[in-house]
Amino acid sequence: MSLVSYEFLAFFAVAAILYYVVPKRFQWILLLAVSFLFYAGGGAVYLLYPMITAVSTWFLALWIGRMDSEAQTYIKEQKPDKEQKKAYQARVKKHKKCLMTAGILLNFGILAVLKYTDFLLGNLNVLFHLQEGAVLQVSWVLPLGISYYTFQTMGYLIDVFRGRCRPEKNLLRFMLFVTYFPQMVSGPISRFDQLKKELFEEHSFDGTQFTFGLWRILWGFFKKLVIADRIAPAVAMITAAPDIYDGIYVLVGMLGYTLQLYTDFSGCMDIVIGVSQCFGIRLPENFQRPFGAKNLSELWRRWHMTLTGWFREYIFFPVSTSRFCRTVSRFAGKLGLNKAAKKLPVYIANLIVWFVTGIWHGAAWGFILWGLANGIAMMVSQELTELYRAFHRRFPKSDGSVYGAFQKVRTCLLFSGLLMFQYYPFQTVFAMLGNLLATGRLSQLFDGRFAELGLAAADFIVIAVGLVLMLVIGVLQETGSVRQKLAARPLVVRFTAVFLLFVMVLVAGCYGHGYDASQFIYNQF
Amino acid sequence: MDELLEILNDINPDADYETNDHLVDDEILTSFELVMLVTQIRDVFDVSIPSEAIIPENFNSVEAMMRLIGRLKEDE
Amino acid sequence: MRWKKPVCVLLLAALGVIVIAGLQRLLMPKYMGQVVEGNLTSEYYEETTPHDVVFLGNCEVYENISPIVLWREFGITSYIRGNAQQLIAQSYYLLEDTLKYETPGIVVFNVSAMQQFDQNNESYNRMTLDGMRWSASKWNAIRTTMMEDEHMIEYIFPILRFHSRFAELEADDLTYFMKSGKVAHNGYYLRADVRPAGDMPVERRRSDYSFDPRSWEYLERIRALCENNGIQLILMKAPSLYPAWYDQWEIQIEEYASEHNLLYINCLEAVDEIGIDFSQDTYDGGLHMNVYGAEKLSRYLGPFLLGAGADDHRDDAELAAVWAEKGLFYDSMKAQQEEEFAQFGYLKQFTTEE
Repeated sequence: MSLVSYEFLAFFAVAAILYYVVPKRFQWILLLAVSFLFYAGGGAVYLLYPMITAVSTWFLALWIGRMDSEAQTYIKEQKPDKEQKKAYQARVKKHKKCLMTAGILLNFGILAVLKYTDFLLGNLNVLFHLQEGAVLQVSWVLPLGISYYTFQTMGYLIDVFRGRCRPEKNLLRFMLFVTYFPQMVSGPISRFDQLKKELFEEHSFDGTQFTFGLWRILWGFFKKLVIADRIAPAVAMITAAPDIYDGIYVLVGMLGYTLQLYTDFSGCMDIVIGVSQCFGIRLPENFQRPFGAKNLSELWRRWHMTLTGWFREYIFFPVSTSRFCRTVSRFAGKLGLNKAAKKLPVYIANLIVWFVTGIWHGAAWGFILWGLANGIAMMVSQELTELYRAFHRRFPKSDGSVYGAFQKVRTCLLFSGLLMFQYYPFQTVFAMLGNLLATGRLSQLFDGRFAELGLAAADFIVIAVGLVLMLVIGVLQETGSVRQKLAARPLVVRFTAVFLLFVMVLVAGCYGHGYDASQFIYNQF
Repeated sequence: MDELLEILNDINPDADYETNDHLVDDEILTSFELVMLVTQIRDVFDVSIPSEAIIPENFNSVEAMMRLIGRLKEDE
Repeated sequence: MRWKKPVCVLLLAALGVIVIAGLQRLLMPKYMGQVVEGNLTSEYYEETTPHDVVFLGNCEVYENISPIVLWREFGITSYIRGNAQQLIAQSYYLLEDTLKYETPGIVVFNVSAMQQFDQNNESYNRMTLDGMRWSASKWNAIRTTMMEDEHMIEYIFPILRFHSRFAELEADDLTYFMKSGKVAHNGYYLRADVRPAGDMPVERRRSDYSFDPRSWEYLERIRALCENNGIQLILMKAPSLYPAWYDQWEIQIEEYASEHNLLYINCLEAVDEIGIDFSQDTYDGGLHMNVYGAEKLSRYLGPFLLGAGADDHRDDAELAAVWAEKGLFYDSMKAQQEEEFAQFGYLKQFTTEE
């Protein structure tokens, strides 16, 4: 069930009514039932996958938790001396680590097999020059949201191992954490210690929260239906035909693709978080005005934040402080490469994280290269940091707003440019970039190719209005919640603002007959 | 304490470490810098900071870092 | 001042509803250009006098029969509830709908719709159904015939379907904002241009000539509904050259008619008797009659209808006055089209500029 369908709206409406009608202690059970229904809508068989993940993770986490408490009892009662205690603790930790590893292997294994078998087979086919027709492919259907709930549950397992959160005893409660329907399909990736309070406490109807939730949903619909889906066909045409759309169109495609990606995904998040807010459950934010960032790594701290946070916490820090990295670093130190010794662990971990980020986004070389390119760009900018600092010391006035704007534009262009790896074949990325720089002229916009994109004058007006609106909202957000500001205005102002937005979605949204019912881009990960 | 300040100034000289207690939240120390910091603390103070301890609360201020180092030393 | 806020909220809500209703009306197609058929269903509700005969069917009725001729030459009052590709289920529900307003003595159902139960073009559904007044009949008509990617809610709030027209609004949308113009003559779509019938596509043999069981079911429902209301049901097949009407189909319909003691008029077999000249009496090469063909067919059908019990109402002063007005509209449209066709060789409204 797509989040932008009549069915979903009806589903949500019924769920919301029931949620505030049932006795409060049953609210979470209702959410669980509704989540199951939601998921089963795509085929009940697929419920099996999240169930395997939920049950296995719940069980292993509980086991790890029991070992912890047994260890505590042992130390309390037996009062071992320091050496004994250390040895005992090491033994327990090793056991716990085994359990955690088993859980991680099982669940990431399922994800890997389902998601990457075809990719692997495809590469083998190429490697061994299999004839066409003899190509091996399995074409397994990915269960909805598998990349999201797998990451979320594995984060939980690691947190329990680290002692950061206590294991959940009630399997049903844990299942709600895994399958909570607003977030299951496209995230955000929540942490158990943050979400559990929200999920299981009793929620009374709060008119303000509910209204805010609805406003947020409307804003998400606006981004998704009015902007993302409107530009999607044109963007697809440009990015799929680099031989026709060259020159300035490389830039148009780049920016269009970025805009589409952002409005599609962040719009989806607005709907998800808004729906959840209507239930009184706060989900973590996934975007924080990413295009206000002044450099690429800052942008990535504001874009798909729960995923990058996951990678930072569970891959980047552990890998960079791992024994392997330490050894490499020492080795470099011995060779007299002191600077490299300091940076090597960071850079190794960085490349691993970005490789995984790439492959998480899609089982294809384009995504992997895109990930690695981001990683490399960040390392280059890290290397240049000293230069920047020297530059700023030399020209202290360069911190002004003009330079800030320049930084933002530069960062946005870099981010968009790197996305070329996602849609152009690898060997053409640099050629297209060169083509843009060498032959790109603004006049090409009027050479007739633009007209073939299928965008009418009305579309451009809508897109322009949409962009201005997003910009205004973005600026307003810098000084606090836009919805709170709106709520403080008189009724007539509030009504007019929300009503106009509603009418724009209603009239200018790309939905229904004549528009292809389009999925969210981030659904299939 | 001075050793720590030296490491910090080496990593990013553009901050006032003695007064600022939002170093991570203000993104003065980003993940790159945190890892370099952890590596050098290990070399200089001879304590290894486990990756799960790399959380903002432990690195937002110089005092917090000193507390962390002290705690870890005690555990060893 | 406690009353102030609720009143404000109510006022704003009312304003919102009005604005959206206005937008919806603005965005809905007015069907006043090349395609006018979207107005056929709704025009029925403007009738002020009852009808002896109601015709049900697709283009084979609404383009082939002239109620004006039936009135002028036989005194029969009739109405055509037909639409482009009107499915048999839609005919049934339109009959149900009609019975809410009147009970005609005779219903004539054109059987060509038996051959296809499911809709294959969403816009035909919209043209047939959007004009219907809301009732259980409309709901059921939509539910039975909507295509897979259609939604009931898009019929309840047509703006959800037609909102994409915001980019292609034209002068007509304002001109006919309050009300569409009158396009038909008691459901009859008048065309006075001529395009002789040429070669028709070769008849393809079919592997299976049986009608969809659901078509039979709805034919049966139409029959039962007529029977229960004391209406005489007549089946007819219009003299359209294409799409083909197979002998195998003919036999089944003949059997059904005799089994239920129904009159069945196959006009295809009476083309000569009717006097249809396919070089003169069709406007689109033989698919549909123009006004000359329709008038001939009406003259042919008149005696059957009188024989089935339709009355000659020409003495009724009230009816005569109403129909005189209809006749004026008919004559003026016919004359205007004839003049235009004589001058240009085509009708501007129904042709696209190169």
